[in-house]
Amino acid sequence: MNLEQPPSMEGFLSFFIYVVPFLIFVLSFVTFAILAERKVMGTMQLRSGPNRTGGRFGLLQTVADVFKLLLKEDTIPKDADRTLFKWSPILAFVPAFMVLAVIPFTKHFQFADIGIGLLYYVAISSLSVIGIVTGGWASNNKYSLIGGMRAAAQMISYEIPLVLSIVGVIFLAGSLNLNTIVGAQQSVWFILYQPVGFIIFYIASVAELNRVPFDLPEAESELVAGYLVEYSGFRFAIFMLAEYVYMFAMAAMTTVLFLGGWHPIPYFEMIPGAIWFAIKFSLIFFSLMWIRFTFPRIRGDQLMTFAWKGLIPISIINIFLTAIIYEILS
Amino acid sequence: MNSFYNSYLLIITFFIIALSLPILSLSIGKWLRPPSKEGGRGVSYESGIEPFHDSRIQFSPQYYLFALLFVIFDIEVIFLFPWAVAYGKLGMFALIEMLIFTFMLCFGLIYAWKKKVLEWM
Repeated sequence: MNLEQPPSMEGFLSFFIYVVPFLIFVLSFVTFAILAERKVMGTMQLRSGPNRTGGRFGLLQTVADVFKLLLKEDTIPKDADRTLFKWSPILAFVPAFMVLAVIPFTKHFQFADIGIGLLYYVAISSLSVIGIVTGGWASNNKYSLIGGMRAAAQMISYEIPLVLSIVGVIFLAGSLNLNTIVGAQQSVWFILYQPVGFIIFYIASVAELNRVPFDLPEAESELVAGYLVEYSGFRFAIFMLAEYVYMFAMAAMTTVLFLGGWHPIPYFEMIPGAIWFAIKFSLIFFSLMWIRFTFPRIRGDQLMTFAWKGLIPISIINIFLTAIIYEILS
Repeated sequence: MNSFYNSYLLIITFFIIALSLPILSLSIGKWLRPPSKEGGRGVSYESGIEPFHDSRIQFSPQYYLFALLFVIFDIEVIFLFPWAVAYGKLGMFALIEMLIFTFMLCFGLIYAWKKKVLEWM
């Protein structure tokens, strides 16, 4: 892909040749991520997980699930706002996929190298809450509305610690460009300079992804499925797809910002950068699963208190401690 | 400069593809799935009882308070981003200015804390 050519219609159309295979890659990643999640969950709960469809390891289980959902009847509640009901899965999916445009996977494999990459990521990823609130509102169901409103309150509250914890990274790299940020971690990864920032970012990203222990918007045991109650068939599948693509983006972003992207650990330079990225990414992804199977759901009031009284003051203090130590050392 | 334009063209490409995947798959699914028959399917789920009243009810005003706080702190973040990028060139003066700015915001947060706005429900 040649970004230096003068912009033209042919060039624009040729980008589709690169992005469509990437979409297929992301879709197959999601397919196997769901399978892996179910297998890991099975192992942790002392059972075997999917093991019938597609051989002993259930390799085709998710594919079968997707085809089943594709063949399901499409029910829309009688009193629902039909336009919004149809558009909300799309509104949830579009930002989740769009953020992948700026993430540098290796030195040479990155789509859009824009100067404000980090700001773009933060801005676009926060739009995915709109799809969820729209879905909750349009369903005309009390559970959905409560789930949607909770999702809005939770996601905007955790947005702030998420973004504040990144400021320390920007500070050290002196740039918003993701390539520069990874380049600045050549010798020391930012997790060592910003351990508090990493922990806050990680907790806030779990909350942004609406996963256990922060899955109040879709808490099964009290809200049935929250904003997803009235969704069935392929619309439901697109909501799930959006959730996993967003999880892919978050894990990739944690790798880029704190774990040094494609940079190897010392003395292991012979292993290519793509493999290093994949290893770090998989570790983050696995720990996200691990948290899901280990923690119980926290209470609604604890959720909000934790963000506003815990994470936000700590992340503000973290920024100024970084600045003051930087000032003393320089 | 060309790479600048091409990067934003790529983002537009991502947008178009992200938009077309759900629309295409839902339209293709229309040919595959059986038509939805009526018979109670259109009724909203409410734990098995007939739904009553409109479900778009008034909800707690606390959501608005959190939304207002969010807007204030999000604007703070927008100011912190360029500050953090340019800090290496600005030095001590910028640090003190930003401390004063953040102190005023934190004062607001403490006020909200004492007014029990941050207590949920």
